[in-house]
Amino acid sequence: MSQQDVYSQPEEKPADHVYFPQGGDWEDIVSEHAGSGDETIVINMGPSHPSTHGVLRLMLEMEGETVTSIRPGIGFLHTGIEKNIEFKTWTQAVTYVTRMDYVAPLFNEAVYCMAVEKLLGITDQIPERARIIRVLVMELNRIASHLVAMGTGALEIGSTTVMSIAFREREMILDFLEALTGLRMNHAFIRPGGVANDLPEGGLDHLRDVIKWLHKHLPEYAGFCNENPIFLARMKDIAVVDLSGAMMLGMTGPRLRGTGYDWDLRKTQPYCDYETYDFDVVSWEGDDAYAAFRIRQAECWESLKIVEQCLERLEKTQGQPVMVADKKIAWPAQLSLGPDGQGNSNEHIKHIMTGSMEALIHHFKLVTEGFDVPVGQAYMAIESPKGELGCHVVSDGGPKPYRVHVRDPGFHHIQSIPYMCEGGMMSDVVVALASIDPVLGGVDR
Amino acid sequence: MTEQNLPEERRDADRAERVFATKSGMWSRGSGDTSGYNGLVRELAMPGKSGAPFEDAAADAIHDRAVDVLPKFKGYRMLFHAGELTVYVPREDLREVVRTLRDDPYLRFEVIMSISGVHYPQEVGAELHAVYHLLSYTYNRRLRLEVTCPDDDRHIPSVVETYPMADYDERETWDMFGIIFDGHPSLTRILMPDDWAGHPQRKDYPLGGIDVEYKGATIPAPDTRRSYS
Amino acid sequence: MGIEDKIPQGIMLTSVEAIAGWMRKTSFWPATMGLACCAIEMMAFGTPRFDAGRWGQEVFRSPRQSDLLIVSGRVTQKMAPVLRQIYDQMPNPKWVIAMGACASSGGMFNNYSVLQGVDHILPVDMYIPGCPPRPDQLIDGIFKLRAQVQYGTKMGANRVAEIEELEQAALAAPAKIEQKGLLR
Repeated sequence: MSQQDVYSQPEEKPADHVYFPQGGDWEDIVSEHAGSGDETIVINMGPSHPSTHGVLRLMLEMEGETVTSIRPGIGFLHTGIEKNIEFKTWTQAVTYVTRMDYVAPLFNEAVYCMAVEKLLGITDQIPERARIIRVLVMELNRIASHLVAMGTGALEIGSTTVMSIAFREREMILDFLEALTGLRMNHAFIRPGGVANDLPEGGLDHLRDVIKWLHKHLPEYAGFCNENPIFLARMKDIAVVDLSGAMMLGMTGPRLRGTGYDWDLRKTQPYCDYETYDFDVVSWEGDDAYAAFRIRQAECWESLKIVEQCLERLEKTQGQPVMVADKKIAWPAQLSLGPDGQGNSNEHIKHIMTGSMEALIHHFKLVTEGFDVPVGQAYMAIESPKGELGCHVVSDGGPKPYRVHVRDPGFHHIQSIPYMCEGGMMSDVVVALASIDPVLGGVDR
Repeated sequence: MTEQNLPEERRDADRAERVFATKSGMWSRGSGDTSGYNGLVRELAMPGKSGAPFEDAAADAIHDRAVDVLPKFKGYRMLFHAGELTVYVPREDLREVVRTLRDDPYLRFEVIMSISGVHYPQEVGAELHAVYHLLSYTYNRRLRLEVTCPDDDRHIPSVVETYPMADYDERETWDMFGIIFDGHPSLTRILMPDDWAGHPQRKDYPLGGIDVEYKGATIPAPDTRRSYS
Repeated sequence: MGIEDKIPQGIMLTSVEAIAGWMRKTSFWPATMGLACCAIEMMAFGTPRFDAGRWGQEVFRSPRQSDLLIVSGRVTQKMAPVLRQIYDQMPNPKWVIAMGACASSGGMFNNYSVLQGVDHILPVDMYIPGCPPRPDQLIDGIFKLRAQVQYGTKMGANRVAEIEELEQAALAAPAKIEQKGLLR
């Protein structure tokens, strides 16, 4: 805490206490180097910096342009989601978890719902069509997330075009997700027991258009970037992490596969019938930021392959249920899209308000109180675009979670920044950061 | 009530030690319960212990090998539930157990994927739990370790020297639950500001919400509303 | 019957304030305070489909040269002093948009960590609802703010009087619980 307010106006009266967001440790770091007389430069980067992918703070010590020490500071977006969930029902909690990693919201929902279903013991009872829709939205979301990762990663090294076109493709995907779920982001669409609603009218045609669009435009990224000398110079052999380093630091996802190890939970520990889809796990021998970039690009194509298979399966399963048959768990409301947005369908309202008193009571009880989940704990892990996304849920047998903990890949990836950056150039810090693609909402939760 | 009349889960002898909460009535807090369920008392306990052999080949393989290389493993409470094996490790043995689990060529749990704290205020003598989720890439298996410590002696040995990736997890668990991981290189707050008082995700720490007030109407914060328990 | 009848054609009269307002309105430099989910929508706001550049508003990232702060996302207790410092670094005149439910009121996160509305630490000129608001909503909010700047600009003694007036109005304003009217 400093006593001198360097931001005050000349005529302003001096304040009793002046607080600076840098905190006490920052003063210590600076004063430690102030008298030493060497060439060390101390730089504070963030928490509001365009290249830190959110509110990440990095404290760098440098000799000239070489980073000698780097210390990440996180928690600027700690939202207390895990605590808030403890006061909501199991279904309401979906609305909270979706806001953790907001670039890949559907993965948060999926992993949470699958962990709850594991505890309920209904994993096998989830209808086939619900599983297909889950895979469909997850893979579309994976493409959207990889596009953001590639686009912002390219922006970091000065390429604005890639960022512009990445968001153009992302908008096409978001349009489809919006038609399906009602929202562009933070969908709260996957619920314990299935998904909130079936595809809207014309949904399959819309999906075909999206697939056609992606087929046309995904090759542009390879054309722009893959052999681009600037990309190669900035990303090759930068932010190197080899297999033992990646394991030591708990790195997963594209960075782990970038060491040549083809570990993908969709293949090794399949969920949602991933074992029945035809796709390849992409790995790349490179250990560097370029490897992660190429893997993301190739995974977009693999995801598109899965999306096409989902389309075929959705055509075959038209009219089948998308929510578990157990009425004690299934969300009672039949949602539909009306002229005023998404809401309970008219038939459902008519049924509970005029048709059946019991249905009304059932609806009321399930919506206000929720369902009970047996006592116990479960851990579920899925392959999110960033790596292993895990969810540990503990139930005390009541209608509300006792404890939910989400293992976000970004949280563990941030640990690896000193490993990747120390000894390197300052300009490579942002490349290293982009290669792990952290989303601070997920890191801090 | 005789022993046979009890439901199966309550017949088991060591249930008392697993009870982590007692609930009465229908509502989690507040009065005004006219439903007649006020007298209802429920004791909540984690699912009972299970012994080898488990219904799962991977769990059996882990158990058998661990007992071979570390005989005291046999004495630990174990639970196979929802397809996952949980081993309750006494905290003084934790370092030895994780080292064995990582280094033994037939176990090879290379990474700790997640550590999460859980607070059970009613479990006297073991209020704080640290739950470790281990993954073996080599054998494609998962294992959960659960370590407890009493609230007035909140110490658990750190596993960072065996598993460097547990660094941030342990800092988070300290920040949120106040468990001190002995031997951690720099156990400081990670998510909350450095000068924060208390550990927010403990059950005895309030949610901290404020009442929403607007035009004469007040909606209490989520943790002070009457709700189902 | 005023001076406008006497002056030659091609000359238009206006006040300095209106000219200044017009110039300020057409050259907003937003300092984007990207925090959470809304930040992604704010990035989309600058990309080809929504294209903020159409009305001369490029997304800009240095608070020292900015006059509009778009606070997009949940502000935590840890972030609040940082945000205030960024606001203090901006030169006058400056405006603040609270984008999304969390920045406006804390939104669904009513807990120990999240600031219940950024207006606890900054004066907010425009609140944009939504969780997150669509980029279209942000465009709408910005155009409403532009109108406010165009017609509401006060300078010199007028500005001093306006500050005094706003302060008195704020001191006299009833608390939210004392407000009257329909619950909406």
